Amino acid sequence: MTEKVSTRGTEKRRRLPQINPVWVLLAALIVAIIFMNPSFVEPTGYMNFLKRAAPLAILAAGQVYVIVSGGFDLSVGSLITLVVVGSSMLTNNDPAATYWVIPLMLGLGLGVGAINGLVVCFLRVPSLIATLGMMITLNGLAFLWSGGAPRGYLPDTFRFFGRELIRDVPLVRFVPVSVVVLIVVGCVLAWLMHRTNLGRQVHAIGDNPVAARLAGVAVNRVRITAFMVSGLSGAIAGILLGGFAGVSTDVGAGYELQAITAAVLGGAQLLGGRGSVPAALGGALALTAIFTLLNFLGLPQPVRQVVQGLILIAAVALAMHRRKQTGN
Amino acid sequence: MRHILMAVSALALSALPLHAQNFDDPEEFAKQRDQLQAEPMGPEGQPWLQHIGGDMVETADLGLTAPATVCFSNAGVNNPWRVVGYTNMTEELANHESIGDFIHVDAEGSDDKQIADIDDLLAGDDCDVMIVSPNTTAALTPAVERACEAMPVIVFDRGVNTDCPVSFIHPVGGYGFGIQGAEFIVSQLDGGSDVLMLRILPGVDVLETRYSAGRRILEEASMNIVGAEFTDGDNAKTKSIVEDYLMRGDVDAVWMDAGATAVAAIEAFEDSGYDIPVFVGEDQQDFLRKWQDEGLTAIAPTYPTYQWRTAVIAAARVIEGEPLPGPEWVLPQPAITQENLDQFVNPAMPPLHYAMCGCEEMENYPEAWGGN
Repeated sequence: MTEKVSTRGTEKRRRLPQINPVWVLLAALIVAIIFMNPSFVEPTGYMNFLKRAAPLAILAAGQVYVIVSGGFDLSVGSLITLVVVGSSMLTNNDPAATYWVIPLMLGLGLGVGAINGLVVCFLRVPSLIATLGMMITLNGLAFLWSGGAPRGYLPDTFRFFGRELIRDVPLVRFVPVSVVVLIVVGCVLAWLMHRTNLGRQVHAIGDNPVAARLAGVAVNRVRITAFMVSGLSGAIAGILLGGFAGVSTDVGAGYELQAITAAVLGGAQLLGGRGSVPAALGGALALTAIFTLLNFLGLPQPVRQVVQGLILIAAVALAMHRRKQTGN
Repeated sequence: MRHILMAVSALALSALPLHAQNFDDPEEFAKQRDQLQAEPMGPEGQPWLQHIGGDMVETADLGLTAPATVCFSNAGVNNPWRVVGYTNMTEELANHESIGDFIHVDAEGSDDKQIADIDDLLAGDDCDVMIVSPNTTAALTPAVERACEAMPVIVFDRGVNTDCPVSFIHPVGGYGFGIQGAEFIVSQLDGGSDVLMLRILPGVDVLETRYSAGRRILEEASMNIVGAEFTDGDNAKTKSIVEDYLMRGDVDAVWMDAGATAVAAIEAFEDSGYDIPVFVGEDQQDFLRKWQDEGLTAIAPTYPTYQWRTAVIAAARVIEGEPLPGPEWVLPQPAITQENLDQFVNPAMPPLHYAMCGCEEMENYPEAWGGN
């Protein structure tokens, strides 16, 4: 019996070489979207889609570092809110302020990540609780800072990254700046994860921290770095979201769970040791595609939530099933 | 099994009042439609002192002596509308010598906390008059009834299911808001035009009635309602929804039950290269400025924040033994239109400031509201 199963597994592996199911899911969703709405094949259609997916995709790519290292980062959603609210307070409608506010916000992201990492490593607080506490703290800070009603606009120079388009591009007519940001950040994070020592060490500490330490990995340093990458990606996502849609006080709400969902859709293992940046990007695109498809279907809101939840469970179940079968 | 059954039946029972509430009541619709047209009584140019309908309540026999302590149980200051309103309130206090102390407790948007807050205020025995802005109607009713037994109570903004308060202060209401926006769309477009309806949240009475009134008018005028979507008040979600609708087809007008995300919806048209259609927003500065800058065809119905001033004024009258409009103090609910837009746009005020605050003549304006 056991033999039979394993033979079937081998056959399957031969027939279906290492395609991550997230790409199959994404392709299926995109076909469905095009079927519902043929104008999606026009640049306006898919470029808008990519523009919208960019913040979540960058967030998921950062989150994958923390997940692979064996933790969670729940603070990114409220970090986004703090970045948007803080930027609007600091720029105070002055276009020239963008040039110092953006680096400051990226620094804020790194700083929040570093604190998360230090708390997890040295105070021994589980990452779930440490980042939950950080999430509540940052939300409170954003509210305290703005008093519930942010004072300023985000000037167009700030909104450039999330809103503007590069026009007159051959073949596709235009490319949103946020898509360029997505490609650059995605490539850097993928390279860092899959082509450098840091990536190998992140995998090692997530898989077995004791073995990693014995093998000479500076576990704390790597773990803190993973949180800093996630914090930085949160700040970038905040800058893009603020640019896309302007100031609101609850802009980041729910993004932390979406980012974790996207990473898991891409096959990241929730207890660490396994996960890939490109697949997390694919997961984020698939998640955005689900939202878009449901928008196009025009179903009533409650039905949409049911469908959305079921698709998510089914997709992750499929990813787990595949892992069992292929053993990787 | 019995526990599960009990839990299910408890859930079903708790859901009952929700279904029992009727958000599409033709009588209330007609009443509010008339109130929008009615000539309000009271000093002209000071709508927070005006009232529609002539009923008054006497307070001379309540036996309070000035200066008295007023306690305020607030549902929360968790959105810009409430931030502006609360500032109106604290600034209005300076005008009333009969109010000695003012104790504010913030329920942070939680029914449980607000019920506990009211009970604490009652137990503390410091309050002479209580103002309540309820978080939700049904949940807060018993707490307000308890407060009524101890002292005069003023309720404003959202209501409670009891007539024990001295007065319930509110603008015309949700139907009125819905009517103003939809009638404007109907006046601008021919039948069969495509209208997108954007809603902020499900299940809140003042919002459900806005929607039912808006939908009723649009349907009666044979408009083609292409969709009704919840935005959760999220700019990014709003913009995405509108972009998706634009890919499916034309949109000739956008009706909103709350205008905080109106600018994000407008940007979806701009960024996709479409002309901005007929728009219903609200009296937030960012929308009014956009309207003026782009020369939009638009209207801004309001749920005026000046009602927060009225609550303090009512409390002062109760202390002084003066009569006041009651048991309901219905305030006028004006809309901002092309004709009076210039009066309300103010670049010195923050983008999320609500223009219909009735606060321009107050002492610390505009600094206290975050303006320059």
